[in-house]
Amino acid sequence: MMCLAYIVIVFYSGLYKERRMIRLQVKFSNKGNILIVKLIGELDHHVSDYVRRKIDSEMIKPTTKNMVFDLSNLSFMDSSGIGIIMGRYRAISRINGQVAVACSNTQILKLLEMSGIGNVVPIFDDADKAVKSVLEVAQNDV
Amino acid sequence: MMSKDRGTASADRNKPINEMTLIFPSLSRNESFARVVAASFVSQLDPSVEELSDVRTAVSEAVTNAIIHGYENETGIIKMVCLLYEDSVEITVIDEGKGIENIELARQPLYTSKPDMERSGMGFTVMETFMDEVNVESEVGKGTKVTMIKYFDSVKGKDRTKNNK
Repeated sequence: MMCLAYIVIVFYSGLYKERRMIRLQVKFSNKGNILIVKLIGELDHHVSDYVRRKIDSEMIKPTTKNMVFDLSNLSFMDSSGIGIIMGRYRAISRINGQVAVACSNTQILKLLEMSGIGNVVPIFDDADKAVKSVLEVAQNDV
Repeated sequence: MMSKDRGTASADRNKPINEMTLIFPSLSRNESFARVVAASFVSQLDPSVEELSDVRTAVSEAVTNAIIHGYENETGIIKMVCLLYEDSVEITVIDEGKGIENIELARQPLYTSKPDMERSGMGFTVMETFMDEVNVESEVGKGTKVTMIKYFDSVKGKDRTKNNK
Protein backbone atom coordinates (compact mmCIF):
# COMPACT_ATOMS: atom_id res chain seq x y z
CA MET A 1 0.00 0.00 0.00
CA MET A 2 2.70 2.43 1.05
CA CYS A 3 4.81 1.51 -1.96
CA LEU A 4 1.87 2.22 -4.21
CA ALA A 5 1.26 5.62 -2.63
CA TYR A 6 4.92 6.45 -3.07
CA ILE A 7 4.92 5.44 -6.71
CA VAL A 8 1.86 7.56 -7.31
CA ILE A 9 3.48 10.57 -5.64
CA VAL A 10 6.76 10.16 -7.51
CA PHE A 11 4.88 9.83 -10.76
CA TYR A 12 2.82 12.89 -9.98
CA SER A 13 5.81 15.03 -9.06
CA GLY A 14 7.68 13.87 -12.18
CA LEU A 15 4.72 14.92 -14.27
CA TYR A 16 4.89 18.45 -12.98
CA LYS A 17 8.64 18.76 -12.80
CA GLU A 18 8.92 21.36 -15.52
CA ARG A 19 6.00 23.46 -14.51
CA ARG A 20 6.54 26.02 -11.79
CA MET A 21 3.84 25.58 -9.25
CA ILE A 22 3.70 28.92 -7.54
CA ARG A 23 0.97 29.05 -4.98
CA LEU A 24 1.94 32.55 -4.06
CA GLN A 25 1.50 35.86 -5.78
CA VAL A 26 3.52 38.99 -5.13
CA LYS A 27 2.00 42.34 -6.04
CA PHE A 28 3.67 45.71 -5.77
CA SER A 29 2.34 49.21 -5.44
CA ASN A 30 3.94 52.47 -4.41
CA LYS A 31 2.86 55.32 -2.22
CA GLY A 32 5.52 58.01 -2.41
CA ASN A 33 8.71 56.28 -1.42
CA ILE A 34 6.90 53.41 0.25
CA LEU A 35 6.99 50.09 -1.55
CA ILE A 36 3.92 48.08 -0.64
CA VAL A 37 4.47 44.34 -1.05
CA LYS A 38 1.24 42.39 -1.11
CA LEU A 39 1.58 38.65 -0.66
CA ILE A 40 -1.32 36.44 -1.67
CA GLY A 41 -1.51 32.72 -0.97
CA GLU A 42 0.82 30.56 1.13
CA LEU A 43 4.38 31.52 1.99
CA ASP A 44 6.72 28.62 2.76
CA HIS A 45 10.24 27.47 1.88
CA HIS A 46 9.10 26.23 -1.54
CA VAL A 47 8.20 29.71 -2.77
CA SER A 48 10.67 31.68 -0.63
CA ASP A 49 13.39 32.02 -3.29
CA TYR A 50 10.87 33.22 -5.82
CA VAL A 51 9.43 35.76 -3.40
CA ARG A 52 12.87 36.99 -2.34
CA ARG A 53 14.01 37.50 -5.93
CA LYS A 54 10.80 39.33 -6.84
CA ILE A 55 10.95 41.67 -3.87
CA ASP A 56 14.65 42.36 -4.21
CA SER A 57 14.42 43.27 -7.88
CA GLU A 58 11.67 45.75 -7.03
CA MET A 59 13.43 47.04 -3.93
CA ILE A 60 16.59 48.18 -5.67
CA LYS A 61 14.65 50.86 -7.52
CA PRO A 62 15.79 54.26 -6.25
CA THR A 63 12.19 55.23 -5.42
CA THR A 64 12.09 52.75 -2.55
CA LYS A 65 12.96 53.99 0.88
CA ASN A 66 10.29 52.46 3.10
CA MET A 67 8.41 49.21 2.90
CA VAL A 68 5.05 47.81 3.94
CA PHE A 69 4.42 44.07 3.92
CA ASP A 70 0.74 43.50 3.35
CA LEU A 71 0.03 39.99 4.62
CA SER A 72 -3.76 40.44 4.78
CA ASN A 73 -4.25 37.99 1.91
CA LEU A 74 -1.76 35.43 3.12
CA SER A 75 -3.47 32.27 4.33
CA PHE A 76 -0.34 30.56 5.62
CA MET A 77 3.20 31.46 6.59
CA ASP A 78 6.00 29.54 8.30
CA SER A 79 9.47 30.56 9.47
CA SER A 80 10.60 31.01 5.85
CA GLY A 81 8.48 34.18 5.87
CA ILE A 82 10.25 35.39 9.01
CA GLY A 83 13.57 35.07 7.17
CA ILE A 84 12.25 37.07 4.23
CA ILE A 85 10.81 39.90 6.35
CA MET A 86 13.91 40.11 8.58
CA GLY A 87 16.22 40.22 5.55
CA ARG A 88 14.26 43.07 3.93
CA TYR A 89 14.03 44.86 7.29
CA ARG A 90 17.83 44.85 7.57
CA ALA A 91 18.23 46.22 4.04
CA ILE A 92 15.67 49.00 4.58
CA SER A 93 17.18 49.89 7.99
CA ARG A 94 20.55 50.36 6.31
CA ILE A 95 19.09 53.25 4.28
CA ASN A 96 17.26 54.54 7.40
CA GLY A 97 13.87 53.54 6.06
CA GLN A 98 10.83 52.23 7.92
CA VAL A 99 9.17 48.85 7.64
CA ALA A 100 5.64 48.01 8.75
CA VAL A 101 3.56 44.86 8.49
CA ALA A 102 -0.20 44.52 7.94
CA CYS A 103 -1.64 41.23 9.15
CA SER A 104 -4.84 39.97 10.74
CA ASN A 105 -4.41 36.18 10.48
CA THR A 106 -3.99 34.78 14.01
CA GLN A 107 -1.58 32.00 12.95
CA ILE A 108 0.73 34.48 11.22
CA LEU A 109 0.42 37.00 14.07
CA LYS A 110 1.47 34.30 16.53
CA LEU A 111 4.49 33.54 14.35
CA LEU A 112 5.44 37.24 14.02
CA GLU A 113 5.18 37.72 17.78
CA MET A 114 7.18 34.65 18.77
CA SER A 115 9.94 35.41 16.27
CA GLY A 116 10.54 38.86 17.74
CA ILE A 117 9.60 40.68 14.53
CA GLY A 118 6.85 42.32 16.55
CA ASN A 119 9.56 44.01 18.63
CA VAL A 120 11.33 45.69 15.72
CA VAL A 121 8.56 46.18 13.15
CA PRO A 122 5.13 47.66 13.95
CA ILE A 123 2.23 45.38 13.04
CA PHE A 124 -1.18 46.71 11.97
CA ASP A 125 -4.41 44.97 11.13
CA ASP A 126 -4.68 46.51 7.67
CA ALA A 127 -2.43 47.93 4.98
CA ASP A 128 -3.82 51.50 5.13
CA LYS A 129 -2.89 51.82 8.79
CA ALA A 130 0.57 50.42 8.12
CA VAL A 131 1.16 52.88 5.26
CA LYS A 132 -0.14 55.76 7.38
CA SER A 133 2.23 54.96 10.22
CA VAL A 134 5.23 54.78 7.89
CA LEU A 135 4.22 58.13 6.33
CA GLU A 136 3.99 59.72 9.78
CA VAL A 137 7.40 58.49 10.88
CA ALA A 138 8.90 59.53 7.53
CA GLN A 139 7.46 63.04 7.89
CA ASN A 140 8.82 63.45 11.39
CA ASP A 141 12.26 62.54 10.09
CA VAL A 142 12.29 65.37 7.57
CA MET B 1 -14.84 5.92 9.98
CA MET B 2 -13.26 3.49 12.38
CA SER B 3 -14.05 2.92 15.90
CA LYS B 4 -15.55 0.11 17.73
CA ASP B 5 -13.33 1.14 20.60
CA ARG B 6 -14.73 4.66 20.81
CA GLY B 7 -17.13 3.50 23.50
CA THR B 8 -14.34 2.32 25.75
CA ALA B 9 -12.14 5.28 24.98
CA SER B 10 -11.18 6.01 28.55
CA ALA B 11 -9.92 2.46 29.02
CA ASP B 12 -7.82 2.73 25.86
CA ARG B 13 -6.35 6.16 26.25
CA ASN B 14 -3.01 5.10 24.98
CA LYS B 15 -4.33 3.38 21.93
CA PRO B 16 -4.58 5.44 18.75
CA ILE B 17 -8.09 5.70 17.31
CA ASN B 18 -6.66 6.16 13.84
CA GLU B 19 -3.28 6.25 12.17
CA MET B 20 -1.74 7.20 8.87
CA THR B 21 1.66 7.14 7.21
CA LEU B 22 2.65 9.32 4.30
CA ILE B 23 5.81 8.69 2.31
CA PHE B 24 7.07 11.24 -0.17
CA PRO B 25 10.30 12.44 -1.82
CA SER B 26 12.03 15.47 -0.31
CA LEU B 27 10.82 17.98 -2.88
CA SER B 28 9.99 21.42 -1.55
CA ARG B 29 6.58 21.38 -3.20
CA ASN B 30 5.65 18.55 -0.85
CA GLU B 31 5.85 20.93 2.11
CA SER B 32 2.36 22.20 1.44
CA PHE B 33 1.19 18.71 0.49
CA ALA B 34 2.36 17.27 3.84
CA ARG B 35 0.83 20.01 5.96
CA VAL B 36 -2.50 19.85 4.13
CA VAL B 37 -2.62 16.06 4.58
CA ALA B 38 -1.73 16.30 8.29
CA ALA B 39 -4.34 19.00 8.89
CA SER B 40 -7.11 17.15 7.10
CA PHE B 41 -6.27 13.93 8.96
CA VAL B 42 -6.36 15.75 12.29
CA SER B 43 -9.61 17.53 11.41
CA GLN B 44 -11.44 14.23 12.13
CA LEU B 45 -11.23 15.28 15.78
CA ASP B 46 -12.93 18.56 14.98
CA PRO B 47 -10.35 20.78 16.69
CA SER B 48 -10.49 24.58 16.61
CA VAL B 49 -9.29 26.49 13.55
CA GLU B 50 -6.36 27.80 15.55
CA GLU B 51 -5.28 24.33 16.70
CA LEU B 52 -5.39 23.14 13.10
CA SER B 53 -3.20 26.08 12.02
CA ASP B 54 -0.74 25.16 14.76
CA VAL B 55 -0.44 21.63 13.38
CA ARG B 56 -0.07 22.91 9.81
CA THR B 57 2.69 25.29 10.80
CA ALA B 58 4.64 22.73 12.83
CA VAL B 59 4.44 20.09 10.09
CA SER B 60 5.62 22.64 7.55
CA GLU B 61 8.68 23.39 9.69
CA ALA B 62 9.53 19.75 10.34
CA VAL B 63 9.23 18.77 6.67
CA THR B 64 11.18 21.85 5.53
CA ASN B 65 13.97 20.91 7.96
CA ALA B 66 14.12 17.39 6.55
CA ILE B 67 14.31 18.77 3.00
CA ILE B 68 16.94 21.48 3.49
CA HIS B 69 19.00 20.06 6.33
CA GLY B 70 18.40 16.31 6.19
CA TYR B 71 18.82 15.85 2.47
CA GLU B 72 20.40 19.17 1.45
CA ASN B 73 20.82 19.01 -2.31
CA GLU B 74 19.83 15.42 -2.90
CA THR B 75 16.39 13.87 -2.97
CA GLY B 76 15.55 11.33 -0.31
CA ILE B 77 12.49 9.86 1.27
CA ILE B 78 10.52 11.55 4.04
CA LYS B 79 8.08 9.60 6.14
CA MET B 80 5.33 11.27 8.16
CA VAL B 81 3.54 9.09 10.71
CA CYS B 82 0.38 10.45 12.34
CA LEU B 83 -1.22 8.76 15.34
CA LEU B 84 -4.59 10.15 16.28
CA TYR B 85 -5.87 9.84 19.86
CA GLU B 86 -9.15 10.90 21.43
CA ASP B 87 -7.97 14.44 22.05
CA SER B 88 -4.43 14.62 20.72
CA VAL B 89 -2.22 13.79 17.79
CA GLU B 90 1.35 12.57 17.57
CA ILE B 91 3.11 13.42 14.33
CA THR B 92 6.54 12.01 13.54
CA VAL B 93 8.59 13.26 10.61
CA ILE B 94 11.45 10.94 9.70
CA ASP B 95 14.27 11.40 7.22
CA GLU B 96 17.26 9.24 6.44
CA GLY B 97 19.48 12.18 5.68
CA LYS B 98 22.70 13.42 7.16
CA GLY B 99 21.47 13.84 10.73
CA ILE B 100 22.07 16.60 13.28
CA GLU B 101 25.44 16.77 15.01
CA ASN B 102 24.35 18.89 17.94
CA ILE B 103 20.61 18.73 18.63
CA GLU B 104 20.91 21.10 21.58
CA LEU B 105 22.41 23.77 19.33
CA ALA B 106 20.00 23.13 16.44
CA ARG B 107 17.04 23.68 18.75
CA GLN B 108 18.27 27.08 19.88
CA PRO B 109 16.26 30.04 18.59
CA LEU B 110 17.95 31.91 15.75
CA TYR B 111 20.58 29.21 15.25
CA THR B 112 20.93 28.23 11.62
CA SER B 113 23.53 26.05 9.94
CA LYS B 114 22.79 27.87 6.68
CA PRO B 115 23.06 31.62 7.30
CA ASP B 116 23.60 32.23 3.58
CA MET B 117 20.10 30.94 2.82
CA GLU B 118 18.52 33.71 4.90
CA ARG B 119 16.69 31.19 7.03
CA SER B 120 15.44 32.58 10.29
CA GLY B 121 16.73 29.75 12.45
CA MET B 122 13.31 29.52 14.05
CA GLY B 123 12.22 26.09 12.82
CA PHE B 124 12.44 24.14 16.08
CA THR B 125 11.30 27.16 18.09
CA VAL B 126 8.16 27.36 15.95
CA MET B 127 7.49 23.64 16.46
CA GLU B 128 7.93 24.05 20.21
CA THR B 129 5.64 27.07 20.31
CA PHE B 130 2.87 25.59 18.18
CA MET B 131 2.92 22.05 19.56
CA ASP B 132 2.86 20.78 23.17
CA GLU B 133 5.78 18.37 23.03
CA VAL B 134 8.67 18.14 20.59
CA ASN B 135 11.23 15.36 20.73
CA VAL B 136 14.23 15.15 18.39
CA GLU B 137 16.30 12.04 17.81
CA SER B 138 19.15 12.12 15.36
CA GLU B 139 22.22 10.23 14.37
CA VAL B 140 24.87 11.67 12.05
CA GLY B 141 24.79 9.84 8.75
CA LYS B 142 21.62 7.95 9.64
CA GLY B 143 18.88 10.57 9.78
CA THR B 144 16.55 12.52 12.02
CA LYS B 145 13.25 11.79 13.67
CA VAL B 146 11.12 14.64 15.01
CA THR B 147 8.12 13.66 17.12
CA MET B 148 5.54 16.32 17.94
CA ILE B 149 2.46 16.00 20.13
CA LYS B 150 -0.48 18.37 20.16
CA TYR B 151 -3.26 18.19 22.75
CA PHE B 152 -6.53 19.63 21.56
CA ASP B 153 -8.08 21.49 24.46
CA SER B 154 -11.14 22.30 22.38
CA VAL B 155 -11.82 18.60 21.84
CA LYS B 156 -11.51 17.55 25.46
CA GLY B 157 -14.81 16.66 27.04
CA LYS B 158 -16.68 16.67 23.74
CA ASP B 159 -18.99 13.75 23.32
CA ARG B 160 -17.05 11.95 20.64
CA THR B 161 -19.51 9.12 20.25
CA LYS B 162 -22.31 11.12 18.72
CA ASN B 163 -20.35 12.05 15.58
CA ASN B 164 -19.53 8.52 14.95
CA LYS B 165 -22.43 6.38 13.97
